[in-house]
Amino acid sequence: MARMKFVCDSERCIECNGCVTACKAEHDVPWGVNRRRVVTLNDGIPGEKSISVACMHCSDAPCMAVCPVDCFYRTDEGVVLHDKDVCIGCGYCSYACPFGAPQFPTNGQFGLRGKMDKCTFCAGGPEENGSEAEFEKYGRNRLSEGKLPACAEMCSTKALLGGDGDVVADIFRNRVLVRGKGSEVWGWGTAYGKPTQGAPSGGAAPQPKAEGTKS
Amino acid sequence: MRGRVGHVMLAVLAGLVLPGCAERPQSADGTARKSDQKAWHQPVNKSDVVKGWNSDDQASWEQQMRIRVQGQNEYSRAAAKP
Repeated sequence: MARMKFVCDSERCIECNGCVTACKAEHDVPWGVNRRRVVTLNDGIPGEKSISVACMHCSDAPCMAVCPVDCFYRTDEGVVLHDKDVCIGCGYCSYACPFGAPQFPTNGQFGLRGKMDKCTFCAGGPEENGSEAEFEKYGRNRLSEGKLPACAEMCSTKALLGGDGDVVADIFRNRVLVRGKGSEVWGWGTAYGKPTQGAPSGGAAPQPKAEGTKS
Repeated sequence: MRGRVGHVMLAVLAGLVLPGCAERPQSADGTARKSDQKAWHQPVNKSDVVKGWNSDDQASWEQQMRIRVQGQNEYSRAAAKP
């Protein structure tokens, strides 16, 4: 099986924050922690783009690399989880993460940080699946119930896709094709130049070989 | 004097060696964290578990995941315009 991944289609995201609400409700997320949040560029201006951001469950997770107590682990499906009983709340993972996924509750006394909390891809944590202990620490384990993350399943426009990376990529690719787009949406033309009639593009098209040279 | 030097050296040596006896290992080798159950191990309380797949059967769970993700794809429910 491929890794579990999230993809957010910014063409469809309407900033409804349904994913945020679904996650918060499903896992009883503590105050001050936003496991998932919607980021909007050019908010209020026509043409604004929104994208839902949470833990990206990186293949080479920087949070896992920097943790001084090695509380992170990756499951067989590629979901990055951590053990709150080992976590010392140092905050180093929060510094390392480029997406701001590891967060700390704000309900502690004297600014006490508490244990790190982040999106678990609705896969719970290292407690017995479906147990009360798992729910209190990590939230609901939907994967063990045969479901997918609440945020993706709740998305009103199906902008946020979550599941098997191969299948999700396939769904997204199908949408791009149906919209009549191609590789240009990935910035290929910007990076490598757009091929024009007869003229070689910047490094994209190979030059014809001179006569006498071996191929 | 000689005996005294010997005693002092013995005390210093003891001071260096004995604290090491009570040291706990501090390597971060990942053994502190608990092991996690697999995602395809169903919870004891089956009331919220989706029907159609078997507990501890990885292939059956993966199949369920693939079916479930199509619920996010409306093109599989309605014919996509080419």
